[in-house]
Amino acid sequence: MVQKLRQNPQLQGLLLILPTLLWMIGLLIIPLLLTVVTSFGSRDTDGNVIYTFTLENYARLIGFTPEGYDNLYAQILWRSLSLALQTTIVAILMAYPLAFFIARSPAKRRNTLLFLVLVPLWTNFVIRIYAWIMILRTQGVLNSVLGWLAGLVGISFSPFDFYPSQGAVLIGMVYEFLPFMILPIYTSLEKIDNSLFEAAADLGANALRTFWRVTLPLSMPGVVAGTILTFIPVVGTFVVSDILGGRQVILVGNLIQRQFLDARNPAFGSAASIILMVLTLIFTLYYTRRFGFGEEIRGA
Amino acid sequence: MNRRSPWLTLSALAVYFFLYAPIVVLILFSFNSSRTNVVFEGVVNRGPCGPFYWFCELAQNDDVLDATRNTLIIAISSTVVATTIGTLAALALQRYNFPFKRFSEGTLYIPIVIPEIVMGIGILVFFSAFFGWFNGLLGLTGDARLAMGLGTVIVSHIAFSVPFVIMVVRARLHGFDQSLEEAAMDLGANEVTTFRRITLPIIAPGVMSGALLAFTLSLDDFIITFFTTGPGATTLPIYVYGLLRRIVTPEVNALSTIWIVMVLLLVFVSQQLERRSAT
Repeated sequence: MVQKLRQNPQLQGLLLILPTLLWMIGLLIIPLLLTVVTSFGSRDTDGNVIYTFTLENYARLIGFTPEGYDNLYAQILWRSLSLALQTTIVAILMAYPLAFFIARSPAKRRNTLLFLVLVPLWTNFVIRIYAWIMILRTQGVLNSVLGWLAGLVGISFSPFDFYPSQGAVLIGMVYEFLPFMILPIYTSLEKIDNSLFEAAADLGANALRTFWRVTLPLSMPGVVAGTILTFIPVVGTFVVSDILGGRQVILVGNLIQRQFLDARNPAFGSAASIILMVLTLIFTLYYTRRFGFGEEIRGA
Repeated sequence: MNRRSPWLTLSALAVYFFLYAPIVVLILFSFNSSRTNVVFEGVVNRGPCGPFYWFCELAQNDDVLDATRNTLIIAISSTVVATTIGTLAALALQRYNFPFKRFSEGTLYIPIVIPEIVMGIGILVFFSAFFGWFNGLLGLTGDARLAMGLGTVIVSHIAFSVPFVIMVVRARLHGFDQSLEEAAMDLGANEVTTFRRITLPIIAPGVMSGALLAFTLSLDDFIITFFTTGPGATTLPIYVYGLLRRIVTPEVNALSTIWIVMVLLLVFVSQQLERRSAT
């Protein structure tokens, strides 16, 4: 038996991967398939799933209800995608200068600067959102600071209602995922050979032109990886919008969560979940094909 | 290229400020004397603990202690299992050709490219269908029924952290000189001894970083825990989320402060260990 195993590397490999493979089949593949099956079902009056085959859930999601056309759910999907896109863009705009700064710092200081980017990630996800409530609420830190500044210059000040709002959700999302944008961009910037900058300067390119023609193209793999690491979690989260949006900002994540916990309609929730998965897969495939695949995703 | 424009330095400082302002606020407000915790009304100085009043209150809060215990049980057990099976899988993927290899690699990629809620919902649908069927089959009632709880959270955490462990361990195996193992075998060591004395020590840093990643992912997880937890299996993130819908006292800030300090200590210790093993 042992002898047989020694002579058969294929069997050895299979045995080594078997526990992981079984685990992933049991807790990923089967659950996903079951979600697909459930999404074609309906529910009884107690909120239990009836396994039938109906396209009703998907029809409702894109707006076709038995009562006529209603684009409520389509709007929710659109809002989630647009907010995820906004978050990604703001995150790139904030992450790039910082990543650039770290990459240009003396080598021995880079690790410390990078470490400082990671520290906020080690507080808890939910606690980080709570911190933003403390800052943004009407009597919060930001309004106090603004009020104090207004007092210094001698103008009257009435506090803003920053929270709850869609803007607060955007800030919270950017805050949660910014480090995931900084790290891959830094990784690709750090790899760029210094002689390329010297060559560009020798050939008479100014700083702006060097950035546009050398730095930016060479750092694109990092931007692609960062976008994937930011966009995918943002588009599916429901916690940030739930807490910072104060029930006003309903995203697809909130929709799915409520179908399972409050509305008790798992079939409809499953359909929304499958649509979300398909949309993110389409985005990822299109984006990686268009801009090349970011190998930095592995390093992050 | 060590010249940096002042604008670059300034914008970098601004982003660091954005990253740290919330954390400073969190820590500061854990010493607030106001119970409602909206405005900072000065440093609390009450009871035998003085400025650490909220920390002492926290230590007497059974819900928090239970949640802390659950969080640690889940993180430790899922890390141990995920690191073990993940390391074996990384060896298989890096060194062997076997049936279903492409299928395995594709499967391991899924948790990284789909939103976490999709996986969480899938596991919820799966467990509720399975438990319903199983309980009905055996006619279980009351407490004997299978239900969501610590067990379901742990197996789910293993499922989402294994791909990350494999990624990290594979990166370490990538630069591995296999002639070292061949030399050990030539000198008469069997497979087990070779693995224990040669392979494991060399890939140990990779395995350790994989374990640390799995541990952090588990500690921080909210979404999958939210959908797979049950009565008696509340974790700290779930507990804090529940609090945020009611009045939040500085106890939550005290909890956050302890959390931050603990994690920083953990990171510091692991870095020291890494440094020691590197020299």
